Amino acid sequence: MRVVLAEDLALLREGLVSLLQAHDFEIAAAVDNGPSLLKALLDHRPDVAVVDVRLPPTFTDEGLQAALEARRQVPGLPVLVLSQYVEQLYARELLADGSGGIGYLLKDRVFDAGQFVDAVRRVAGGGTAMDPEVVARLVARGRDDSPLARLTPREREVMELMAQGRSNAAIAQQLVVTERAVTKHTANIFAKLDLAVSDDDNRRVLAVLAYLNS
Amino acid sequence: MSGDVVLKSGIGRYTAVPWRGLRLWLLSFPLLFASVAVMVAFSLVGAGIGIFLVPPAVMMLRSLLDTHRGLVSGWTGRRVDRPYLPVPEGSPMQRFSAIIQDPATWRDMAFLLLDPIVAAFTASLSFLLFLYGVYGWVLAAFVGRIIKEHGGNEWYTFVPLQGSFSDHPVNAGLIAGLGTAYALTGLYFGPRLMDAYGRWTQSLLGPTEKSRLALRVQHLSETRADAVDASARELRRIERDLHDGAQARLVAMGMSLGAIEHLLDRDPERARILLAETRESSAKALRELRDLVRGIHPPVLADRGVGDAVKALALDHPLPVEVAVDLPGRPDAPVESAAYFAVSEILTNVAKHSGARRVWVDVRHEAGMLRISVTDDGQGGASLDGGTGLRGIERRIGTFDGVLALSSPPGGPTIVTLELPCELLSS
Repeated sequence: MRVVLAEDLALLREGLVSLLQAHDFEIAAAVDNGPSLLKALLDHRPDVAVVDVRLPPTFTDEGLQAALEARRQVPGLPVLVLSQYVEQLYARELLADGSGGIGYLLKDRVFDAGQFVDAVRRVAGGGTAMDPEVVARLVARGRDDSPLARLTPREREVMELMAQGRSNAAIAQQLVVTERAVTKHTANIFAKLDLAVSDDDNRRVLAVLAYLNS
Repeated sequence: MSGDVVLKSGIGRYTAVPWRGLRLWLLSFPLLFASVAVMVAFSLVGAGIGIFLVPPAVMMLRSLLDTHRGLVSGWTGRRVDRPYLPVPEGSPMQRFSAIIQDPATWRDMAFLLLDPIVAAFTASLSFLLFLYGVYGWVLAAFVGRIIKEHGGNEWYTFVPLQGSFSDHPVNAGLIAGLGTAYALTGLYFGPRLMDAYGRWTQSLLGPTEKSRLALRVQHLSETRADAVDASARELRRIERDLHDGAQARLVAMGMSLGAIEHLLDRDPERARILLAETRESSAKALRELRDLVRGIHPPVLADRGVGDAVKALALDHPLPVEVAVDLPGRPDAPVESAAYFAVSEILTNVAKHSGARRVWVDVRHEAGMLRISVTDDGQGGASLDGGTGLRGIERRIGTFDGVLALSSPPGGPTIVTLELPCELLSS
């Protein structure tokens, strides 16, 4: 699997390169600023990009902008965005085109190599990987007029794990229930969020989007 | 300057003026008496007790004049601002010397002595002309005949009085015509005379260039002191948060790592548990640092500016918040930050106190001002004081010459409006 990597701190960049190489990823390019990231994404068309939000030259959301621009030109290009902070605003912008293949994680998730690599693979496969923090902040907000309020506590748990990009099997394992029960919950969630029947993967992305937009 | 105040339009613009002019003129007499009281207080300075009497007398006079300023501003359309330098709290002697050193005190006295005369020839002139006109009609109607019958000898301007309509129609008609001319002249020139009176008031009761500067300096030093205090407080908070949070955690992590090194050979199982704990601890330290940074300068604000930062705030808010942003560029970073934290605090207030169901935030740049309004459909009745924190926001944006306005009738809606003068940098 070919990866384009963008991270301006050399130490962290080297760390990510060796981590990904150790898990059989091929590093197509590792860059340290926004403009060369965009160029690398368009030149290499990688299977997945791992991108730091804040990059030179502006040290603002250069990385995010480059990733969004690349996805405009190559729809569905899988991008995993890493950041010191998670912002719902950015999560929504990333998910806005509804085509999936999006990850948005705090940088410290890299500490757990297994889970991180798992997230990279999920994103490369067109799934989503939203940081639990995004979900936690949505729940902490506690609005009572959103469609989410219609979900039962159990359905909300399933929804949270779905937003993180877990498969039904993984959710079942985590919540210690059968996979069939999870399937039932997800069907209920789709119904309550008014998502029409379509292919399951896409609906999962839309459900997460609805969740964020609530 | 005119246009600050809504003047009556059409015919009302003319008919209201004579009465107002008359009232202003009549008011100048009680004011004159008040100034006499002040002069008496001054005359007792030699006897010592004047030093105690002058400050309260002058203060009373000033508050009377403030009412007068308001009246003149409203009626003439010429804004008359307060010119007084601040009078220090302190001993009577300090107050006394501050008062006599303030030129506004003496300009007040000059105004009060001259105002009865000046007002007679400006503000009240239109009324007097009108009154004289009415007198002409009265003469022509019947009074002329009565005066003549009693052997009186009277002139109306240049017309010798001969009687009323019933006995001398031509003479009476002339007088009535003249009277009408006087009345109309009075009405017609009323607004201009009023304006002249406004200018007169402005020239003596308004601030001079010097006192304007002095007041500005005072405002600046107050807001600077506030700003310095606020930033010192902020630094102390950051220092404490770092000391108790991340720093302490790093020390603990260092100690754990030492222990792990020690245990590695003897008790690998225990070392493994400690390692997991240490990793958890590092994640917590990161989380704390993250929250700290968010409190200092939120990342979205740095990345995108105040518009998107307010949108991000709205997304995290417990109530549905609609945000409309119309900013062609970005304000200076300090202004942006002040505006952002003000909105953040107002939104927190809304969530806590208002009982609102919806909130609207509008951010725009108009006429050199960053203008932000936060509207909620809550129960209203909010006030600047009383623990709402609005006073604090007002002080902080005061550093940037910003102002805050609150409209919160009981029953709602509550609208908080911020205005910060600033230029936009093109983004």
